[in-house]
This record gives sequence, C-alpha cells and structure tokens, in this order.
Amino acid sequence: MSTAPGCVSRAVVTSGPRRPPPQRADSAMAWLKRNFFDGIGNMLITFGLLWVLFETVPNLVRWAVLNAVWYTPNAEVCHAAAGACWAIVPEKYRVMLFGTFPYEEHWRGVIVIAIVLGLSVISTVRRLWSYWLFVAWIAAMAVVFVLMFGGVFGLKPIETHEWGGLPLTLIMFVGTVVGGLPAGVMLALGRRSTMPVIRALCVGFIEIIRGLPLVTILFMASLMFPLFLPEGMTIDKFMRAQIAMAIFFAAYAAEVVRGGLQAIPRGQYEAADTIGLNYWQKTTRIVLPQVMRIVLPSMMNEIIRAFKNTTFIGIIGLFDVLRATSTAIQDPTWVRYSIEAYLSIFVLYFVLCFAMSKYSERVECDLAVRR
Amino acid sequence: MANPNGSDNGREPIIEFRGVHKWYGDFHVLRNINLAVGRGEKVVICGPSGSGKSTAIRCVNRLEEHQEGDIVVNGIELTPDVRRIEAVRRTVGMVFQNFNLFPHLSVMDNLTLGPVLAQGVAKRDAEEQAAELLRRVRIPDQALKFPGQLSGGQQQRVAIARALMLRPEVILFDEPTSALDPEMIHEVLDVMTELAQAGMTMICVTHEMGFARKVADLVVFMDAGEIVEAAPPEQFFEAPTSERTRLFLSQVIH
Amino acid sequence: MSEQLNVASRERYSRARRSLSFSGLWNNVAVRSWIYQLVIIAGVIGVGTFLIANAQNALSKQGISTGFGFLQQRAGFDIGETSIAFSSSDSFLKAYGVAVINTLKVAAASIVLATIVGVVVGIGRLSKNLLLNKLAAGYVEIFRNTPQLLQLIFWYTIITNLPRPRDAISIGGVFFLSNRGLSYPWFESAHYALLFGAFLAGCVAAWFLVRYTEGQGRRALRYVAWMFALGAIIGLPVLTGYFLGDARVISVPKLRGFNFFGGATTSPEFLALLLGLALYIAAFIAEIVRSGIQSVGQGQIEAARTIGLNRFDTYRKVIFPQALRVMVPPAAGQYISVVKNSSLGVVVGYPELFSVNNTVVTLSGHTVEAIAIMMSIYLAISFIIAMLMNFYNLFVQIKER
Repeated sequence: MSTAPGCVSRAVVTSGPRRPPPQRADSAMAWLKRNFFDGIGNMLITFGLLWVLFETVPNLVRWAVLNAVWYTPNAEVCHAAAGACWAIVPEKYRVMLFGTFPYEEHWRGVIVIAIVLGLSVISTVRRLWSYWLFVAWIAAMAVVFVLMFGGVFGLKPIETHEWGGLPLTLIMFVGTVVGGLPAGVMLALGRRSTMPVIRALCVGFIEIIRGLPLVTILFMASLMFPLFLPEGMTIDKFMRAQIAMAIFFAAYAAEVVRGGLQAIPRGQYEAADTIGLNYWQKTTRIVLPQVMRIVLPSMMNEIIRAFKNTTFIGIIGLFDVLRATSTAIQDPTWVRYSIEAYLSIFVLYFVLCFAMSKYSERVECDLAVRR
Repeated sequence: MANPNGSDNGREPIIEFRGVHKWYGDFHVLRNINLAVGRGEKVVICGPSGSGKSTAIRCVNRLEEHQEGDIVVNGIELTPDVRRIEAVRRTVGMVFQNFNLFPHLSVMDNLTLGPVLAQGVAKRDAEEQAAELLRRVRIPDQALKFPGQLSGGQQQRVAIARALMLRPEVILFDEPTSALDPEMIHEVLDVMTELAQAGMTMICVTHEMGFARKVADLVVFMDAGEIVEAAPPEQFFEAPTSERTRLFLSQVIH
Repeated sequence: MSEQLNVASRERYSRARRSLSFSGLWNNVAVRSWIYQLVIIAGVIGVGTFLIANAQNALSKQGISTGFGFLQQRAGFDIGETSIAFSSSDSFLKAYGVAVINTLKVAAASIVLATIVGVVVGIGRLSKNLLLNKLAAGYVEIFRNTPQLLQLIFWYTIITNLPRPRDAISIGGVFFLSNRGLSYPWFESAHYALLFGAFLAGCVAAWFLVRYTEGQGRRALRYVAWMFALGAIIGLPVLTGYFLGDARVISVPKLRGFNFFGGATTSPEFLALLLGLALYIAAFIAEIVRSGIQSVGQGQIEAARTIGLNRFDTYRKVIFPQALRVMVPPAAGQYISVVKNSSLGVVVGYPELFSVNNTVVTLSGHTVEAIAIMMSIYLAISFIIAMLMNFYNLFVQIKER
C-alpha cells in the first residue's frame, strides 16, 4: 500500500482473527449508573421517584402486611388493629363470588367457573383447535346451563334473577362474545354491501351504538324492552342485559372486522369471483379466514374490554362480582373495610385481564413470525 | 487531489482510527481498523454489504459506539463524554442513505432548524445562508416546498445543504446514492464532486466507482469488518493487490 | 338480405320477451338486489310499526301522553351540583341544560387530566431510566387491566373515607383534601367574564411571545420569553381583577368552623368521577403516546443529532410534530370514550346527563322521549369531537406530491 506524495490519508490493512467481545464484567456499579444515574435529568428523576416511594411504600406495607389482620371471624379484632382487615375476604367471599345464588347450591357455581375457565385455558393452545374443541364448548355450555337453571336431575331450580357473582360474570361474558361476534361479522359485511339499503341500515346501527354509552344501552334494554313487547310477553332481566351487551359488542367488533376486510387485497375477492364462488362461499371460505387472522389482536382487545364491561350490569340490578361485593360489604360491622374487599376483586379482575392480554400478545407474536 | 494547508496542522490527520474494534453482541463487526484522513482529503470506502463500512463511519460521529481502540476527530478523542460527542458533532456533518429530511417542515425550515436552535444563529442570517447553499446545490427555488414534494435527487441535495449549514470541517456520506433512481444519481454526484473540488474533507461510503476514481485521494476496501486494501485510485483500480479486491471490483465494475 | 334481418330482429324480440319473463327478472342481478332491499325495508318498517304500536298501547294504558311538551313542565326535583342557578321550580328543559353542562365540565376536566398524565406516563415508558420505565409500565398494566367502574367505586370509597375538613390533608398549605372534596385556591371576583377575557388575552400574548423569540437565536432570550409567557397567562387575569377593584383576586381556602371558606371546592362526587375517568383513560393515552413516538423513524432522530439538536429540541421540533399526527385519531376516540363514560356518574351520584335523565324519566313518565333526547345529545357530542379531529387531520396533512 502506498500513498500519493503529500497525501496524509492512509489506512493499514487489517490482520488478525475474529475474537469474542471483551467480557467487560458489567459490574453492578456500571449497570446502576447506566440505568439510573445517566446524566443530570436521570439522576433527578431517580432521586425524585425514590423519595416518593420512601414516603409511601413503607406506610403501605405497614398497613397492608405488617399490621394487617388476615383472618378472624370477629370484627372487633379488626377494629382494634391498625392495619388492613383482610379478614373481610374469607368472611364474605361466598357472597362476593356468588352473589344472590342460593347458599347451598354454590357448588354448582364452582363447577361452572371451573368449566368456563378450564375450557378457556385449553382453547389457548393452538394445537388443540379442531372440530372437537367446538363440540366441547357446546357441550360445556349445555352443562353450564343445566347447572345454573337446575330443575332437572334433581337439581333445585334457580331463576335467572338469582344468578350472581363470578358465574354470572363469566356466563354474561361468554354470551356477549359468542352472541356478538357473529352479529358483528354480519354487520361488517353488511356495511360493505353494494345494496344501499343494507349498507345504510348497518352503518346507522353501528354508528348509533358506538356513539352511546354502554350504561344507556343497558338501561334502555332494561326499561324499554318491556314497553315494546306485546302484552304478556316478557323477557327476564338477564336476557335483556345479555342482548344489550351482545349488541354493544357486535357494533365494536364490526368495526374491527371492517378494518380487516379493507386490509385484504382486492385481488383476493377478484380471484374468488373468477373461480366461480358465489358471495357466501367466497366470504366464508376465502375472506373471513384471512380477516380473522389479521384482526385477532384488535379483537382480543375488544374481548378484554367486553370482560371489563360485564361490571356494568351491576348498574341495572344484576349481581355480578362487583355489585355483589358492594352489597356484601353493606354489613354494618364490616362496612368500614370496603377498601380491602375492593382490592381483592381488583386482584381478581387484574389476574384475568392480564392473562388475556398476555395471551393476546403471544398470539400477535406468533402471527408476525408466521408471515 | 491533496491540498494540504501551509501550516503544520495540515500534516496531522483530521480523523484518526487507532486499533478500533466493535462488536454487535458476539459478532465482531469492526476488526482492528486503523485509518487516517487528512484535512481537505477525500477517502472513499467501498465493499460488499455487511462489511462494516457504514458502521465505521457512523462511529465517527458517535451514532455507533466502538468498544476498543481510539477515534480522534479534529483533536478531540471520542469517549462517552457528552460534551466531547457534541463538540465532535459540531465539526462533522452527515448525509444519510435515506436522506432523513424532516417531512413536516419545509425545506427552508429543515435547513435553518439546526443553526437557529443549536448554535443560536438569528433566523434571518440562517435563512440567507440557507438560500446561498440551495443555490450551491442547484435547487434555489425549492425553499418553500416540503420534502414529500421533491424528487429523491432533490431531497438528497437538500440533505447535503442541511449538513453544510453547520459549516462542518468534515462531511460523512453513508451510501448517498443507493436509494436513488438511476437517472438522479449523477445530479447528486455532481454536487458531491463540486464540494470535493472546493476543498471539503469527505469520507464517503459508496458503490459509485466512477466517483471514487475521479475524486478520491484514498480508496479503502473493507470486507467482513477488516480493511483489505487501501490505495490511491489509480493503483486501486488498475493494480489491486488483494484477491478479494479483484473479485469485488469485477462484480461492481461492468 | 331481408331474410337475415328478419332473423336478427326476431332474435331480439324473443330475447326481450325472455328478459321480461319471471325467470329473466329473477336472474338479473340488479333486479334481485332491489327485491332483497324492498323485502328488508318492508320487514324493518313492519317490525318497527309492530314495536311502536305495542309501546303506544302500553303507554296509553298508563295514561301517559306522548310528545315533547313535557319539557316545559315544572321539574320538581333539585340538582346537587349546578353551574347555573337551578331550583325545583325550573323546567325539565333547564334541568337538561344543567345536566349537559355538568357532563361537559367533568368530561373536559378529565380529558385535560388524562392527557397530562397519559403523556407523562407514555414518555416515561420510553425512558432509559429503569425506575421510571418500570413504574410507568406498571401504571399502564394496572389501570388498563381492571374495570373502570371498579376504579371509580374505589376512588369514591377512598374520598368518602377521608377525614373531615377539620382534619383535612393539606398539600402545600393551599390545597386541602377532605371528605368534602378538594379545596383549592381560586379566583374570587365580581367580574368573572372580564377575568376570563384577560386569561384568553394572556394566552394569545404568550403564544406570540414564544413564536416571536423562536427565530431570534439566542437561547437565553428564549428562556426569558417562556417565563414571561407563563407569567402572562396567570398574571393578566390577576392584574385585571386588581385594577377592577376586587379586594382579593385569588382566595385561598381557609378552615372556618366545620368547613372551608374561600377558594373553590370540588364535590367528592366530581372528584371521584374525575379520577375514575381520567386515570383509566390516561393508561390508554400513554400507550397511544408511546406508539406514536416510536413510529417516528430512528433516522429522524439521528439526523436531528447530526445537525446539533439536543434531546429537548429534538423532541419538540422533530419527534412530537410527527408523532402527533399518528396519535390524534386514536386519542380522539379515547376522548369520545371519556364523554360517554361520564355516564358512570350515576353510580356515585354526580348529576350528569344520564342520571338527570333517569330522574326525568321517573318523574315525568315520558320514557321514550327522554331517552331519545339523551341519545341525541350523546350522539351529537361524539359527532362534534369526531368532526374536530377530522379538521385537525386535514390541517396537518404532511404535504406530498
């Protein structure tokens, strides 16, 4: 290698093998500095946050753990204690979890909860997705309804207005998604229809439902359904709420599906037309399978939202977990510990929703990898 | 060609790599790079993709960090010290393969943003300077347009003007023409050539061998993270010493 | 020749005859679609008439008339919190007015609070500081994965269990938290309208101040300008009140007897609803902010670094403007959510539109009309916010060829 006269630039040809990076023992000091004290701004933030934490966390821990009463049937013990009274949970959990369900029949509610949760967990394993899983769900729902309604097999009959707690929440949730999802798909397809009447009806329906609060829709279902039905015909409150929740879910699911329908390249529709499929065959065999795969993450968001929305049925008088808890703590001896009771169902909802959102993330990753 | 200053400083390289190594995790991406660039001189780095050439020049203005060795720019050694990094970035301009213009600002705002906010230049002075530079890169009437309204070649020339606004001592070019349609490559190369002939120090990563032949003082061939060959253009293109260089040249020059 | 013509015209004739026959019509795609639509319209009208007939039947059985005349009637109930004077002898119509104002009040406050918290948490999620990052992530996960109603009831329980005003928790000596709500310093003046005008004038002046000094270059000058701008926003109203002869423009709440005097106090219901709405939505806004900022390509940040911008200026001039375009549509959706979920005020007893509507329904018996009014108002508000967002989108379109 040579350079022209007067030229300062030069380079040395490299020699030497590849070697692994120097194992700079990332000392604790270096890690701390990098993550917490990197620059003045970060230092201020770290110290500020630490100060706030030191002010609040010890008090919190003292209240929630150290001075807390974990179990006692006697409220006086709690009155005397300075910390949280978690004893309210074992004392009241039956009411919180089962609401107005008759006390001796709680075992039926437990089985219902186990079936729904268990089947949900099984459904998350993709390998098991098959016709048999679908059959299993149908069978499970039949069993659930038998258990809840009673009246056969020597089970004591229980009216829907006595249903409550976690079984009610889960049934309402499953009913919302199972009822609302097909309706939502139909609405989305209708919105893209070439027939103006159908399109107008679907658009109007979707936009109106989406523009209204869920509470109002539940209330309308609760108050107005009886008005619009002919004399003598009644729908019980549970069904009214279920229909309202399903309709609400359907409108939002329709928008999610519509996004997916728009994302499919027009070539797919055209190809399906050229191989002679009619509208329904094209939709069910070509379009919808692709759409469902694309919109699964957004749909999971809506499903999680539907689960959180089940708490609203408490406002119209059904005893879901939240309403049941609010009622359970009305007991004058325990009423001052409502916070502890609410915190415990906080944890319940958080665990379930968090699990669902983690599953949703995993599905998203899987789909992304697959492409 | 080489245009050393009369003073002693002309003999000292303005950029120097001394035994530089860099790893991405376990992958040894830069191996023992020793390179010096003289003031007012142009160095062209070429090589197959993945050879580390972009990584090497991005280490100069600390867009990438090297783990071993020293890099000295204009007498300032590059360390994690923020003040040094900022001092270096004030002397080194950069032109990116994807232009990286700010799409929500007009061309004039793209150019004046740096000087006004970072150097405290008054807006009116910055605008005058910007207009002058736009004339120099031959798009004087595009000042009020937005980047999305310009062609690729025009955008890249704006990017060059933006780098020049800081009055840098060195400009780094990271494959400036690789993202352009063929018919727009030469308008950018013309601007770069004119810049070179005006005496700007340049390190240029590119595949444009014609440009290298015309403008470079030193051509460096990198492959797999190491410098395989370095020579002035006549020697590099007519009589490459390494087999890998010959192979590369035969693929690139057709 | 004429033979061929005859054959051709005869074929046309038979083709025409066939298309007008029944099977011809049925198989014609356009005709079929119209038939479907006619059937559907008939079905909808039929079902609708059936339902309405039932409803009218049931209502007349209860002796309730239909029509919107009832709005002029005397309301007959009091509203707990009012921004304009209202008493039980005012009309139903005025009750609706008060309710709408209450709804907008809590919605606006929640939107502002949610945005501030959401932006802070969203940026915190992207921070290199591990403590801030994990705390922000924790906030988002906790508030997103629990029902909003539960959070609302939780806050309300906490607030109603706060100590009495006598033992209120004081923050900085000027803010007081008690079971009567939050007491804070506020303007006390006879000329509220003028003060508000001064506030707007201050905002405008601040805007111009910042814009003008932007191009001046010298950094110190810019910082001074920012200080003056903030001063103008707060100072102008104060000065105006002073000059108009108010004894004391801003009053600080002071304990007198059993309650606070001076300043302003939010009701516990308002505070609970505000927290329940804002903190929940803030978690979603944080995610929107985070993904918006991450959507700005790495190259933009590198380019900004290369031309010498520091972190603050990079955020302000390069990242945020571009991120904002991505963030606004989903954020608008969240704001509409805030307005709709203000209906949860019924649970804590805050007299917003939904709960007042319930009272109207109970007292007047005009279920259908009242519900129609309430639906229209909610739909109108959603529509307006969506329109505003569309305008903003058009306004900031990144110009392309």
